[in-house]
Amino acid sequence: MTTSPAAAPTPASSPWGSRLNAVLAGAAPSIIALLAAVLLFGLFCFSQGASPLAVFASINKAAFGSWYSWQNTLVRAAPILLAALCTALPARTGLFVIGNEGALVLGGLGAVLAGLATQTLSPVLALLLMALAGGTAGGLWIMAAGALHHYRGVNPTILTLLMNYVAIALLDHVVEGPLRDPASLNKPSSRALVDSHLLANFSGTNIHPGILIGIVCCLLAWWLFTRTPFGFASSVVGGNPRAAALSGLPVARIVLTATFLGGAAAGLAGMIEVAAVHGRANDSLHVGYGYAGFLVSFVARHHPLGLIPVSLLLGGLLASGGILQRTHHLSDATILVFQGIVFLCILFSESLRGRLPGLRGVVTKS
Amino acid sequence: MTTDSTALAPIWGVMLGIAGGVIRGSVPFLYVSLGECLTQKSGKINLGLEGVLLLGAMVACATAVATGSAWIGVIGGGLAGLSLAAIHAWLTSLPRVSDVATGIALATFGGGVAFYFGKPYIAARPPVLPSLPLGAWSDLPLVQSALRTSPLFFIGIALAFALRWFFRSTRWGLHVRAAGDQPQSARALGISLGGVRTAAILAGGFLGGVGGAHLSLYFPGNWNEGVSSGQGWMAVALVIFARWQPLGCLWAAILFGGTMAIGPSLQAAGYGGYYHLFNALPYALTIALMIATCSKNQRLAGQPGGLGKGE
Repeated sequence: MTTSPAAAPTPASSPWGSRLNAVLAGAAPSIIALLAAVLLFGLFCFSQGASPLAVFASINKAAFGSWYSWQNTLVRAAPILLAALCTALPARTGLFVIGNEGALVLGGLGAVLAGLATQTLSPVLALLLMALAGGTAGGLWIMAAGALHHYRGVNPTILTLLMNYVAIALLDHVVEGPLRDPASLNKPSSRALVDSHLLANFSGTNIHPGILIGIVCCLLAWWLFTRTPFGFASSVVGGNPRAAALSGLPVARIVLTATFLGGAAAGLAGMIEVAAVHGRANDSLHVGYGYAGFLVSFVARHHPLGLIPVSLLLGGLLASGGILQRTHHLSDATILVFQGIVFLCILFSESLRGRLPGLRGVVTKS
Repeated sequence: MTTDSTALAPIWGVMLGIAGGVIRGSVPFLYVSLGECLTQKSGKINLGLEGVLLLGAMVACATAVATGSAWIGVIGGGLAGLSLAAIHAWLTSLPRVSDVATGIALATFGGGVAFYFGKPYIAARPPVLPSLPLGAWSDLPLVQSALRTSPLFFIGIALAFALRWFFRSTRWGLHVRAAGDQPQSARALGISLGGVRTAAILAGGFLGGVGGAHLSLYFPGNWNEGVSSGQGWMAVALVIFARWQPLGCLWAAILFGGTMAIGPSLQAAGYGGYYHLFNALPYALTIALMIATCSKNQRLAGQPGGLGKGE
């Protein structure tokens, strides 16, 4: 790979030109990697007897082909986007967190508990309390991992991964035991929230406000990490924690804040799933949005604004799972294979960073 | 004592279940952790063992069904693990590619490939490995069935001792330890870091694949998408707990195998109310052990000096 499609010559003299160049330099390896992944996935489809072009056309149609498919994509992108922040924010301070799924599940559980307790309050107040409960549950869960990493040196990646299993077991136990609605026979669930306390869809659509909340959270995260002293301090911690401590930065507070905010975003994703989609807590809360969010964060190189387009892409891909199965006889695991290929290509592209001709971006540690 | 198995008190049923779990459930942990121990001793981390385990289990099942031989299936599972590890070895040898992220990517990819190609084998009954009847002394069928032991269990124990001998007493073992502990000195001595680490990652992947083969060809003895249940992730923590010692891996694998069996044994004995929580015990135990064994500033005893430094 010697040339990059995004490497159009840009006048580096004007401030806008150099900023555009910097954005391209940051995004070019990821874009190349995505194209390579599409190519490899095409080969995979071909080897499985499906026409790659027809498969891509189907994915495009199911994900972005009509207003109806856009709605499907947006509804899936919302929890993925929020869950991705659970990896992206701690990554700024140098922690690999994969606890997205667990934080999302606990956020949903916390939101349902709060929702069931506030059924007599006004809808707005009840929804706010649900969001608060969900965000706090997810935030404390990931912050605990951040604390164990900071104070005990526990590997945060493995720790948060294992915590996912514990969180899911907790949810399954609660909805099959203490919280179970006796009427939910086939799919054990908690009691349902009252209808007036659910997040309504935008009128005339199937889209709920989750995607907007997600985008606002990403903008806030971007502002926090690029425009505030806290953001600067956390990138110092991410670069070299020992040097950060020696220069007097409150490393513990920074790590705990970043992990709390990340977990809170994933918890909010769980709250939105409960309040806008399911209306109750059950095992539909762990369908892999957390793991998808982790992948999104890596593809976007943990950049809060980069998360938005990437989660739309992945949301669209997940929305097309059904049509692949029906039209091309590719099983539901096909999407997983594609995700794996994307992930490997993205990692490979890290080694190209800074070596693409025409682009002089800053090489950052990831 | 009667020969009627129902005459056993429930507590004995639970104890037997756990003993059986130690024998059967510890084997994947043992192989995966020995493989990871070897990999980490060379200075690399392979977090993708969950993918290795899944792909190993699926390929072992498919190979055994195709050839009719469980032992060829074991080899097939090992080779599948080795291929996945080869991707890891290649990617992590590139500049700026992190061990940890690559491992997670491989777990995703390996799991995806295993689920995709494993669909036709979900209902398959592969030929299973033979059992050694350690419980033959008892005339209780329950005891006999709990103590039926896979040959891979004994091979794994022998392997743990062999690996210890390899690290302590052989030139190649010294090379692996040098590459992991003092990468720069090792390079100065003319040891090929890339070569040693690639070999260690490949061998580790093969062992992980054999661990997967035990899942699909002995216990539970079939292929399904939940067959590994996070054991690949736990094995990484287990190596830390074992202080990078092969015999430590053996004891830790036995402990974890027993813990995995607590939930199902209690359920079989009629204590079903906390089923999900008991099944989460191994993960909670892993977390507790990680918290207990890690420490903030000093390097852990036994930890390879150059581990994960990307040297």
